[in-house]
Order: sequence, then structure tokens, then C-alpha cells
Amino acid sequence: MNVETLPAWSAVPAAILLVLGGLCTLIGSLGLLRLEQFFQRMHAPSMGTTLGTGCVLAASVLVSSALANRPIVHEILITVFIVITAPMTAILLMRAAAKRSGARHE
Amino acid sequence: MKALMEFALLEFAIGFAQLCFVLAMLCAAYRLFRGPSAQDRVLALDTFYINGMLTLLVLGIRSATTVYFDVALLIALFGFVGSVALAKFLLRGEVIEP
Repeated sequence: MNVETLPAWSAVPAAILLVLGGLCTLIGSLGLLRLEQFFQRMHAPSMGTTLGTGCVLAASVLVSSALANRPIVHEILITVFIVITAPMTAILLMRAAAKRSGARHE
Repeated sequence: MKALMEFALLEFAIGFAQLCFVLAMLCAAYRLFRGPSAQDRVLALDTFYINGMLTLLVLGIRSATTVYFDVALLIALFGFVGSVALAKFLLRGEVIEP
């Protein structure tokens, strides 16, 4: 059984989730490219990549569950990991940038 | 006919997502090389590895194997460690404090 014989209840939501995830990630990375200051650029990728990862992993759960005829949820691991670690990286980078730009003295 | 349409829909979505991730990786790579400050480059590297991980996951959906999942998990783990180490270095001047 492969992707060509997926039933509709998993193929259509998976397609919608994949398109949404791709768009979110692309918008986030375009924000990283186009925004002007570092503190503005900080926003875009952390939101876009987290949302895009969630969408793509939900699509992956749908497709692999439909392929194996039983619920497979180990992709949730990556989602939980990204959701936990993305804000930590963002906070550390933000503090480093604030210190380097002299905006805040601790 | 119906199954064929759904197959084409999923194929289109997979191709679209891959195109989006490659464009996003190009944006991040441009910021990585261009970035005016060091923290810009670290942020671009962070975005870059997450986009690469998503590309691998979509490849795994397309080929219906679970090998790509493990690779994606490893990329997420080591990318996080690298980003935190670089950010800590920018913050303190050293990674492991005595």
C-alpha cells in the first residue's frame, strides 16, 4: 500500500495541511528576509516554522495512520520537541541581541 | 476516477510544500550569508535547519517510509543544541561556563 491508494478521509485533509504548512513556513522565511531590524526579524521565522511544523506533522500522522490501518502518532514527538525548543532559542537569541546592541544592561 | 483525483491532489500538495520549503531555505541561506550581525546569522541557521527537517518529512510522506522520521528527529535535536550553543556564546562569550 502506498500513497496512491490512500482513502479520501486522509488524503484531502493531508493535502490541505501540507499546503497550509508550506505557506506558513514560506511566509515566515520571507519575513526573515524582508523585515528591517533584527528584533522585527525575530518574530517571523519562529512563528512560521512552529506553525508549519505542526501542520506538516499532522499531515504525516494522517498519511502514515491511513497507510498502516492503525493510529501512528510518533510524529507528535517532533512537534512537542519543536514547540518546547523554539521559544528557548528565541529567548536566548533575543537576550544575546539585546546585550550586544546595548539596549538593556543587566 | 475519484481515487485518481485525490491522488493528484495529494501529489500536488506534496510538490507545493516542497517548493515552499526550498524557497524558504533559499531566503534563510541569503540571510545567513548576508546577515549584518552575528545574531542574524544564528537566527537564519535556526530557520534553515527547521526548513531542511520539514523537507525531509515531506519526502517521507511521499515515499511512505519511516526512515526519514528518524533523520528529522536527529536534525531537530542537533540543530537545537547548535542554536543554543551559538546563542549562549553570543550572550556570554563562552559556551560552557566554569
